[in-house]
Amino acid sequence: MSDASASPLLARKGTATGAATRAARALGDRMMFVVLIAVGLVAPHLAYPTFLMKVLCFALFASAFNLLLGFVGLLSFGHAAFFAAGAYVCGYLCREFGVTPELGILAGTVFAGVLGVGFGLLAIRRSGIYFAMITLALAQLVYFVELELPFTGGEDGLQGIPRGRLLGVLDLSGNLAMYYFVFAIFLGGFWLIYRTIHSPFGQILKAIRENETRAISLGYAVERYKLLAFVLSAALAGLAGATKSIVFQLASLSDAHWHMSGEVVLMTLLGGLGTVLGPSVGALTIVGMENLLADKVGPWVTVIMGGIFVVCVLVFRRGIVGELRALILNRKDEA
Amino acid sequence: MKSKLLIGAAGLAMVPMLLVGAAHAQVADGVVKIGVLTDLSGAYSDLSGQGSVVAVQMAIDDFVAREKPSFKVEMVYADHQNKPDIAANKAREWFERDGVDMVTDLVTSSTAVAVAKIGKEKDKIVLVNGAASTRLTNEDCNDVTVHWAYDTYSLANGTAKTLVQRGGKTWFFVTADYVFGHSLEKDATDVIVASGGKVLGSAAHPFPGTDFSSFLLKAQASGAQVIGLANAGTDTTNSIKQAAEFGITPKQTLAGLLVFITDVNSLGLKATQGMYLTEGFYWDMNEETRTWSKRFFDQHKKEPTMVQAGDYSAVMHYLQAVKAVNSDDTQKVMAQMKKTPVNDFFAKNGRIREDGRMVHDMYLFEVKKPSESKGPWDYYKLVATIPGDEAFQSLSASRCPLIKK
Amino acid sequence: MQLLFSQLLLGLINGSFYAVLSLGLAVIFGMLNVINFAHGAQFMIGAFVAWIALTQFGVNYWEALVLAPLVVGALSALIEVSMLRRLYKLDHLYGLLLTFGLALIAEGVFRNFYGVSGESYDVPDQLAGGVNLGFMFLPLYRGWVVVAALGMCLAVWFAIERTRLGATLRAATQRPDLVQSLGINVPLLMTATYAAGAALAAFAGVLAAPVMQVNPLMGSHLIIVVFAVVVIGGMGSILGSIVTGVGLGLVEALTKVYYPQASGVVIFLIMVIVLLVRPAGLFGRQA
Repeated sequence: MSDASASPLLARKGTATGAATRAARALGDRMMFVVLIAVGLVAPHLAYPTFLMKVLCFALFASAFNLLLGFVGLLSFGHAAFFAAGAYVCGYLCREFGVTPELGILAGTVFAGVLGVGFGLLAIRRSGIYFAMITLALAQLVYFVELELPFTGGEDGLQGIPRGRLLGVLDLSGNLAMYYFVFAIFLGGFWLIYRTIHSPFGQILKAIRENETRAISLGYAVERYKLLAFVLSAALAGLAGATKSIVFQLASLSDAHWHMSGEVVLMTLLGGLGTVLGPSVGALTIVGMENLLADKVGPWVTVIMGGIFVVCVLVFRRGIVGELRALILNRKDEA
Repeated sequence: MKSKLLIGAAGLAMVPMLLVGAAHAQVADGVVKIGVLTDLSGAYSDLSGQGSVVAVQMAIDDFVAREKPSFKVEMVYADHQNKPDIAANKAREWFERDGVDMVTDLVTSSTAVAVAKIGKEKDKIVLVNGAASTRLTNEDCNDVTVHWAYDTYSLANGTAKTLVQRGGKTWFFVTADYVFGHSLEKDATDVIVASGGKVLGSAAHPFPGTDFSSFLLKAQASGAQVIGLANAGTDTTNSIKQAAEFGITPKQTLAGLLVFITDVNSLGLKATQGMYLTEGFYWDMNEETRTWSKRFFDQHKKEPTMVQAGDYSAVMHYLQAVKAVNSDDTQKVMAQMKKTPVNDFFAKNGRIREDGRMVHDMYLFEVKKPSESKGPWDYYKLVATIPGDEAFQSLSASRCPLIKK
Repeated sequence: MQLLFSQLLLGLINGSFYAVLSLGLAVIFGMLNVINFAHGAQFMIGAFVAWIALTQFGVNYWEALVLAPLVVGALSALIEVSMLRRLYKLDHLYGLLLTFGLALIAEGVFRNFYGVSGESYDVPDQLAGGVNLGFMFLPLYRGWVVVAALGMCLAVWFAIERTRLGATLRAATQRPDLVQSLGINVPLLMTATYAAGAALAAFAGVLAAPVMQVNPLMGSHLIIVVFAVVVIGGMGSILGSIVTGVGLGLVEALTKVYYPQASGVVIFLIMVIVLLVRPAGLFGRQA
């Protein structure tokens, strides 16, 4: 049997919620979506659209990762492999075969999902540290394969990926058009994750995370559920990668490097593990910080990232959204 | 919901295009902004890096002082860390958001190729000095990119040809595994075979590399007379050092296909004496080069490489063209640049061809023996001057789609 | 043939590095249940300490072999006491994340001051030159690396498996509460273990300095491979890490001869296979 520390990263005690609290939460969630959409629609007129698109891609990537870590309790240290696989497949199809962007992105997503099945079948039986190490090793395999395959361009990367015409009609070379397309994709992915978490499937995942043995004894095919979650997470990560490759018209080895895997862990941790909005907040913070600081402090960016990691792990484990949540809930209790 | 969004998006996308559409017969905002995208901390930082930034700033200062233009000139610079995605994203940001009109230096061929594409997309000028791959004037050529200082063809034509003629008939390559290394290996192979030599094999090492022992041992096992180093910067200096460590030299000859004066400086004359190398510039060639290089040395404390000198030359030529047409419109400036010959301390009788190649004389040097050198940086003796039309690939052999055959 | 032997010898040298590095990792994991992602950074700092000591203070290579491990060990002890210790009661993954963050900090700081192209560290005079083995010319220094690395591995293995200190350590891993009640200061033991593991990494760093260029990224290239070695060998098994480290160096060399494109991949491929067949690793004990 695997390492007894199958203990989840976020063991939360079961919360007994009454119907009133559930209704309040549902309203809050609906409001969250409304605000999200409103902000998203207006944002490109206030900030540099390419920056926003980068944030959206990473927010999707981090949310997909969080699905696995925050809700199933599995730390995958190789998620960059799916991100990169989506990017390369989509980019290659669009550049070499003139495939339209939405089909290319779809292909990238599907391919990442298939890759996820492969990874998942190999890794799911373990948990905790072993799981992390296996995913890391598998991601390294993907990295080296991408380095050696002739069509990926190795160190040069896959360059000159066309923006293309959405559905063969809408020209995406303008930043605004591209932005709204990316925003739509992000909303779609985000909504899918949200629905998954709040579905019966999501409840079972939570049950597995909190007490796997009991879930097994209740008759659930635990391995199958974990695998499904893994594949979903992988596919969505691939979606993020494929979208990114169209936005920046480039897929490169950095996408598959384990630093990228580490970055997405950081975004999720900083934003709030196991919260719905947390990873997106984390992505916005990290990408924003990189952007702001890159010109001013250059190489210190890595140091700052490392510093944030350390601080988060030591004293800020709930992350931004997690802390805010705790604050609000405490306030409510006192009221 | 989604279709409405799409229509709205399309409509919104039109608006900014309307605003930017009008062509200006003036320098936009009265400012010409030049971006220097280089390697500030990695394998190539010595041969370009901070020195390139210094050279470009010198060009700007000299231009403003001498010509007193009606527009301001600004410079921004960034470290692309030899990664094409960082370079491409930075260039895109510069062009889209920061109003940069021209990007230069671009050491490392993969970054140059990536930024050339971005330049074409955003209709901005790209002047490449650092990178070497001939793909910039062949498969990846476009009408906004100029390959200024040197390329792998001229290097091969200089160094490889000379070595084969002097008896080095069998070769083995140790190659940096990216577009530059492969380009250099291919161009050198063509020259070697055409000169009657033979290539026994090659080994590609990751870029940047640290330990070349297994690749060098392969070269040794092949028994080739010459081991061609199709890499640059610290990759080359480390390969040379490790080859000595493993007793590979002096039995086999090491051919550094791309060696800069900074490499010779870091390795020392003892390790490099007698080496042949092809460069586009040397600080001690004549009075003009000496004068300019002294000014550069005063600021950077090292003698300039051809990349850094080329940066100065390219930027000066660009600024003069902007002033001549009184506009920063890419097509107008480019036409002016191509019309005007390049005659400065860097290049004599230089000109920019249709494929974007800046054709100028290249020089074959031999590294002096320690006894022949009169002091630091006195490293080269001139063996031959290769006239521009001979040094670079002829237009008729070009694979550039812009050339009508 | 000549090529095969020379590559195998190079593989042995690489394998020795893998063995020493994975040894430190295995010790730390066995004792503290922490995946020390900072191991690569400790390796790198060891090399830099040696380089700085040489260029600024004229400390020679042999002195550096002692100095660097001490410096890095002390630094790491500080880290263990101030930060790592708080995470023991939590999920093991937090330890991994903390050390990952620390590795980023270390890499970033050094990168900022020294760039990435690397500083050269010359082979000490006593070990310069080489010996002609017939199939290749072996630089003396590289031969020394094998001897020193494997010698250190043997010494550590002996200390842990055959001495009383080692027995205490092993007992503390399995039942810290019992060992504590026997009067042994377990927290101190843990700090010392972490420091010792880091010191081993620094020792490897000094060994590596003349071979690889001393640069801030030298550790991050290696660390992932070393993880694979530890997992294959069996996390926590000292002998496993040593044998696997050397073995993998040899396998990698063979791949370079016959199928060079796969040389980066082969270790991870092996790890996947081993994990499927023997999940606790080749020499691991079931937890």
